[in-house]
Amino acid sequence: MTTDREKTGEKSGPSRFSEEKQGLADLDKRLNNIRNQQAPPSGLGQRIKAPPGNVLGLAFRVSVELLSALAVGTAIGWSLDLWLETGPWLMLVFIVLGGAAGILNVYRLASGFGYAAGYKPGDEDAEDADKADDKRQA
Amino acid sequence: MSGENHSPLAQFEIKQLIPMEIGSLDASFTNSSLMMVLTVAVISLFLIVGIRKHAHVPDRWQSLTELSYIFVANLMKDTVGTEGRPYFPFIFSIFMFVLVGNMMGMIPYSFTFTSHIAVTFAMAAFIFVGVTLIAIAKHKMHFFTFFMPPGVPMYMAPLLIPIEIISYLSRPISLSVRLFANMLAGHTLLKVFAGFVVSLGFAGVFPLIFIVALTGLEFVIAFLQAFVFTILTCLYLNDALHLH
Repeated sequence: MTTDREKTGEKSGPSRFSEEKQGLADLDKRLNNIRNQQAPPSGLGQRIKAPPGNVLGLAFRVSVELLSALAVGTAIGWSLDLWLETGPWLMLVFIVLGGAAGILNVYRLASGFGYAAGYKPGDEDAEDADKADDKRQA
Repeated sequence: MSGENHSPLAQFEIKQLIPMEIGSLDASFTNSSLMMVLTVAVISLFLIVGIRKHAHVPDRWQSLTELSYIFVANLMKDTVGTEGRPYFPFIFSIFMFVLVGNMMGMIPYSFTFTSHIAVTFAMAAFIFVGVTLIAIAKHKMHFFTFFMPPGVPMYMAPLLIPIEIISYLSRPISLSVRLFANMLAGHTLLKVFAGFVVSLGFAGVFPLIFIVALTGLEFVIAFLQAFVFTILTCLYLNDALHLH
C-alpha cells in the first residue's frame, strides 16, 4: 500500500525527459537557472521530483489510463448511437477504439512520451526506451 | 461524524448546512463547500501573513511561503518553460487548493472534498477546457494536426484520429480519477482499520500501530497527489503551448 502511492510521483521522470528535447539552448537556460537557485529549495525540489517508483503505483496508473480511455470510447460510441440511431454498432466500434486509445496511453506513459497526444519526434527515443526498461525491471 | 453511523464511508457523506436552491438546482451550502471556503481562507491567511513583512532575512513563516512559491515556480520552469509564466497564478492556485484541501482532510472529524469525483472532475474539466482553448488560441487551426502525428500514411488516418481524440479526451478523466481514488481509498482504509481497533479488544493494539504508520503515509499521499495533479496540469499546458 505504502509503495503504491509513492510511485505516483514518479511520473515526473518521463515528463522531464519529454521536455528535454527542446534543445540545447533551453538546457543551457535551465542549467543557469539551477545554478542561480539557492541550494536548499532546489535540493528539496530535486528530492520530491524523483520519489522512489514502485510496481503497485505503476499498476494503478496503468489501470486508470486504460479504463478512462475505454470509458470515453464507450461513452462516445453510445451517444453517437443514440444520436444517429445506429443500434449497438457504433458503440461496439468505439469500445475497440477506446481500448486501443487506452493502450496508446499506457504505451506513452511507459515509454516516457509523457502525456502528449501525438508522437513527438525526438532524438531521445533511445533514452526513453532505456527508462522504460529500467522501470520494467524494477 | 454522526455517532450512530460507523460505516467507513460515513466520512464522505455530504450534509446540507444551508439549503439553497437556484431554480430547480440544488445549490446548498454543504460541509464540502464549508471545507473549500476554509481551505481558501487558510491559504489566503498563510500567504498574506507570510508576505506581510517581506524581510530580506525571512522568518519561518515567510520561508514557508517562499518555499511553496519556489517549489511551484521550479516545477513550471522544468515542465513548461518560460512561456508558461502567464499561467503561474493559476497553477499555483491549483496546487495550493488541492494540497491544503488534502491536508485539511487529514484533520480528524473534518471532510476531504478531494475525495469526491464531482470536485476533482470539475477541476480537471476546467483545466482541460482551458488548456484546449489556450492551444486553439495560440495555434489556430494548426491545433488539429495534434491528432494526426506526422509521418503517418493517409490510409491510417480514419483509424488513428479517433484513437488520438479518445486518448486526448480521456485526460480529464484519468486526472480526476487518480486524485479522487487515492484520497477515497486512503481515508476508507484508515476508517476500516480504526474499526478493527475497537472490535479486536486488546489485540487492537496492532491495528492501532498500523494506523499510526498509515496516517503518516496518508500525509505523504496527500502531498504527492497534489503534486501529481499539478505536474499533470503543467504537462497538459506544455502540450498546448508547444505543439509538435
